[in-house]
Amino acid sequence: MYHYDEYDRRFLEERVAQYRDQVRRRLAGQLSEDEFRSLRLMNGLYLQLHAYMLRISIPYGTLSSAKLRGLAEVARRWDKGYGHFTTRQNIQFNWIHLEDTPDILVHLATVELHGIQTSGNSFRNITTDPFAGVAADEIDDPRPYCEIVRQWSALHPEFSFLPRKFKIAINAASEDRAAVKIHDLGLNLRRNAAGEIGFEVLVGGGLGRTPILAQTVRDFVPRRELLAYITACLRVYNQYGRRDNLFKSRIKILVQSLGIEKYRAEVEDEYAAMGAERDALALPDAAVAAMQAQFAPPAYREAANDDAELRRAQAAEPEFARWIERNTRPHKQAGHAIVIVSLKPLGRPTGDCSASQMETVAELADTLSFGEVRVTHDQNLVLPHVRKSALYDLWLRLGAADLATPNIGLASDIIACPGLDYCSLATARSIPVAQALSRHLAEREVAIGPLQIKISGCINACGHHHVGHIGILGLEKNGAESYQITVGGSDSARAALGGIVGPAVAADEVTATVDRLVDTYLRLRRDGERFPDTYRRVGLAPFKEALYVAR
Amino acid sequence: MTDRVLKLVTGNRLHDGTVVYFAGSGAWTPQIDDARLVEDKDGAALLAEAQAGSPPHPAVGPALIEAVRDGRRIVPLMLRERIRAFGPTVAYRGD
Amino acid sequence: MLLDKHGVLGPDTWRHLGDDEPAADGEAVTISFKRWQAEGERWREHSGPLGLRLPNDIAPAAIAAALDRVALVVLNFPRFVDGRAYSQARLLRDRFGFRGELRAAGNVLRDQLLFMARCGFDSFEVDTERARAENWSTAFREFDLFYQPANDRAEPILWRRLRNWQTAAE
Repeated sequence: MYHYDEYDRRFLEERVAQYRDQVRRRLAGQLSEDEFRSLRLMNGLYLQLHAYMLRISIPYGTLSSAKLRGLAEVARRWDKGYGHFTTRQNIQFNWIHLEDTPDILVHLATVELHGIQTSGNSFRNITTDPFAGVAADEIDDPRPYCEIVRQWSALHPEFSFLPRKFKIAINAASEDRAAVKIHDLGLNLRRNAAGEIGFEVLVGGGLGRTPILAQTVRDFVPRRELLAYITACLRVYNQYGRRDNLFKSRIKILVQSLGIEKYRAEVEDEYAAMGAERDALALPDAAVAAMQAQFAPPAYREAANDDAELRRAQAAEPEFARWIERNTRPHKQAGHAIVIVSLKPLGRPTGDCSASQMETVAELADTLSFGEVRVTHDQNLVLPHVRKSALYDLWLRLGAADLATPNIGLASDIIACPGLDYCSLATARSIPVAQALSRHLAEREVAIGPLQIKISGCINACGHHHVGHIGILGLEKNGAESYQITVGGSDSARAALGGIVGPAVAADEVTATVDRLVDTYLRLRRDGERFPDTYRRVGLAPFKEALYVAR
Repeated sequence: MTDRVLKLVTGNRLHDGTVVYFAGSGAWTPQIDDARLVEDKDGAALLAEAQAGSPPHPAVGPALIEAVRDGRRIVPLMLRERIRAFGPTVAYRGD
Repeated sequence: MLLDKHGVLGPDTWRHLGDDEPAADGEAVTISFKRWQAEGERWREHSGPLGLRLPNDIAPAAIAAALDRVALVVLNFPRFVDGRAYSQARLLRDRFGFRGELRAAGNVLRDQLLFMARCGFDSFEVDTERARAENWSTAFREFDLFYQPANDRAEPILWRRLRNWQTAAE
């Protein structure tokens, strides 16, 4: 895991001091709200419905137990005792006082956390596979590259006032768990025929009002050239991206209007002209190696890969067996498992976590997972290195804290944004819809099998509804909440956008509608087929029909 | 409950973000029932009064909203404003 | 008033001509990009220092040929959030080797000054009263460490760190 050195610490201290002065100027009336808004957003501070909301960056979803305890402390001391993990692998606190924020940031800096660039028209948190470094299907660990890009993008002098926000994801495995195709810039780590590491660079993906999947700009950029090439991609965007219309300002619209060939030609021209700047940005092998050393695997103790005892425990307790099946994943180290901690207990707000739950997970990470925790983009936590012999004990302790719901990847493992209960942009509520659905579907979710339901409370699509197997978008129609439903989306390596199944439905009709869509899938699916595969085969028509007949 | 739609001004308190309502005479209150409620035609004047004063203004983003009177209580018309006035509609799990 | 990148306030010694205004002999003047396009050859002969005002939707390549004659380029920030001129500045300095004065005009605010300075700006049109009240001159010193190479030639942290490691290893 990466740890700050004296430079990172000093940089952050300087940043917090600068922010403290900005808050002082705002409270003294020297800065107008318009002027201050851009500044506070660059530090992750929003003004939401009930209070200020502070979004803390969790770089590439990696936390230490110390960081998690630091977050718990913020929840307890300056908020109402909980936080909300987001689809960008960040955490946000909903009840923050502006006057407290400089002190909160000082506190967070002691555990190497901050809110820099969790909002605003610049680089957002770099995301990656929550199983980075432990997944069996990984080509190379993406985290050192994430950290290099994170540092390079922090308070970038040229790209801090882009036309719009800019999200980067890096995937390094054969299965895409980072959803690179729905990012402004996606990087697929590759190894070429000569064995060198490089990246496929994709540009122009995004959800929101105009969902588009990213397209490839270049198949292979050697890692040495990574920062220089991204600079060329960004410079073209900064100069030509639209600034006259907020809804057309993302890079996806630029790529769409130019066409990928023309955009690529612009980038390649810029890149060819960069000359000395390219040399200045070249990543020396030694720098990469030094960064990689920061992410060395923990000192696993030799553990027998003998599952006999585990199997006995599973046979004795079906609940434990179900949790093992749903909430653990294979680890590349023999005798270990990846454990997913569910933040989706039935009927609770998705992604919310209380301060004491954070402390529980931190404690379990210290004793059972080398002090490491991950945040997933579907709003759960991960203990990445658990010895199989400790799984039973872990399950009991997680269960005691209401953190062992065996539902990962199932119908009740719903992604949802905070929606109109908290967010000033929302047009409808998300959480109550998720609660009703998870309660309703939980009973038969094992029979249904893997199913991703994703809910957004407005067109900005923080709940990634376009790429849900079933996607739900909350809208407002004549003063009432209504929900538009899509099917067949996917955020996997075969990413796809869902199709709209019919007119939007009222809040109290969502559950019945989703029920019918699930029934239709169950009726049509062939052996082991997942929802998006069935959808690809049968198309939208049978789903539309099922709803039409019901009406 | 009377159906007559009335107007009031709301914003978020600068230093802590708390939802506040304009109570008249330069005062803001977190209690919606203490808000100054005016007829539709007097809304613009109320907003102007609420916005007056030199910086820093105590409330961020003062805006007019619609509400009805229900006995001694004031209830905003829009769901969004009811959520602002009365809190999230879902229980949260803090400790 | 103008603020320079060392935080010193001073008068603007240039006159910024409208598109119909003549310049006096020997006078330091800036003209619009449009005027340079129409009357460039004539302005090359102007007897005083010459500056160009470049809108932020014109690529710097369009004035590359003028840079040998120009002592000042004024770039525009129409709104706080419109950051095109940061890239223009980088290109003028790094790509086209412009060594003259690079000035930021428009909606220049305190908390952007350091970003601008790092991109190669060396003077800033500011609201004098605000600049004094908010102590703008200290804005350039809020950070002394950076993660990226830029026009200010500050050594980025990643490279500095690498140098330390290598020194330690030797």
